[in-house]
Amino acid sequence: MTMTLFDQFLSPTLFKMPLIAIALVSPWLLHHVVTTRFSSERLLSVKKVSVSALTKHIFQPLGPLGHKWALMFVSLFMFLITLNVLGLLPYTFTPTTQLSLTFSLALPLWLATVLIGFRLDPTRALAHMLPQGTPPLLIPVLIIIETISVMIRPLALAVRLMANLTAGHLLIHLISTGVFLLTSMMPMTAILALALLGLLTLLEIAVAVIQAYVFVLLLSLYLLENV
Amino acid sequence: MADRPVPVAEKRLMEVKLGELGTWLGGRDYSPNGIVSMFRRAHTRYYNKYIGVKKGGIGGIAMLLAGYVVISYVWSYDHLKHDRWRKHH
Repeated sequence: MTMTLFDQFLSPTLFKMPLIAIALVSPWLLHHVVTTRFSSERLLSVKKVSVSALTKHIFQPLGPLGHKWALMFVSLFMFLITLNVLGLLPYTFTPTTQLSLTFSLALPLWLATVLIGFRLDPTRALAHMLPQGTPPLLIPVLIIIETISVMIRPLALAVRLMANLTAGHLLIHLISTGVFLLTSMMPMTAILALALLGLLTLLEIAVAVIQAYVFVLLLSLYLLENV
Repeated sequence: MADRPVPVAEKRLMEVKLGELGTWLGGRDYSPNGIVSMFRRAHTRYYNKYIGVKKGGIGGIAMLLAGYVVISYVWSYDHLKHDRWRKHH
């Protein structure tokens, strides 16, 4: 059976049962929040502080109508960041590398922001298609361009998340294979490549966190335009 | 102090005697709600013992993550066994 580098991204199955369901449930294992205590322990306090800081940061520009989305966005952020960071552990499967997951998250949320915009104030929603101060000659072209840019947002959101994670995982695989094979032939080069691998792992952790944040931030910006 | 007689199916696993194991397994609630509550109880007990303590260290979560890594390895073994050293790939 030929092995390709992309086999790591196949959706895992066990006796034809999709394991992606279990990989998707794994964030739930790590975020236990049912507590009746007044002052919580260390882990929960850290989580509370960071979640409230994130919520304030994202929802400060949005008005009261946008605050209804707080639960949705914060839970989406926690979900994505946990999935991304868990995927960096050895042998684990990252569901966000599947376009099916990212697109099914991006499309409904983006569509919801657009529809809310059209429902609340159709004139203003349509006015987004034409930035202020454009020369009259450029108006037809710009309307088409702006419409395309709005239409392509869900695809961009989904592919951005998927491609960043996939590329990172692939690079880790490639460089680690290189280090493994080089240790017998050229040890010094292997040590350099190992240092590169260490830096790359740090980058991957950063990317995992940042991509989750960017996803949610862009959605909140689309909501800000439309709410 | 004499213990009140408790039905076998409701005892905790550590208190079930070996001969009663079959009765215990047969009497558990295997409906979807029951299975979900089984997982929830187990998770709550694990959390309260290892993670939700005042000075919890990294051990509580580290055990969960290590278990997750081991389970992922077991599940992907079929796929991984082709990665072994061989002369012609």
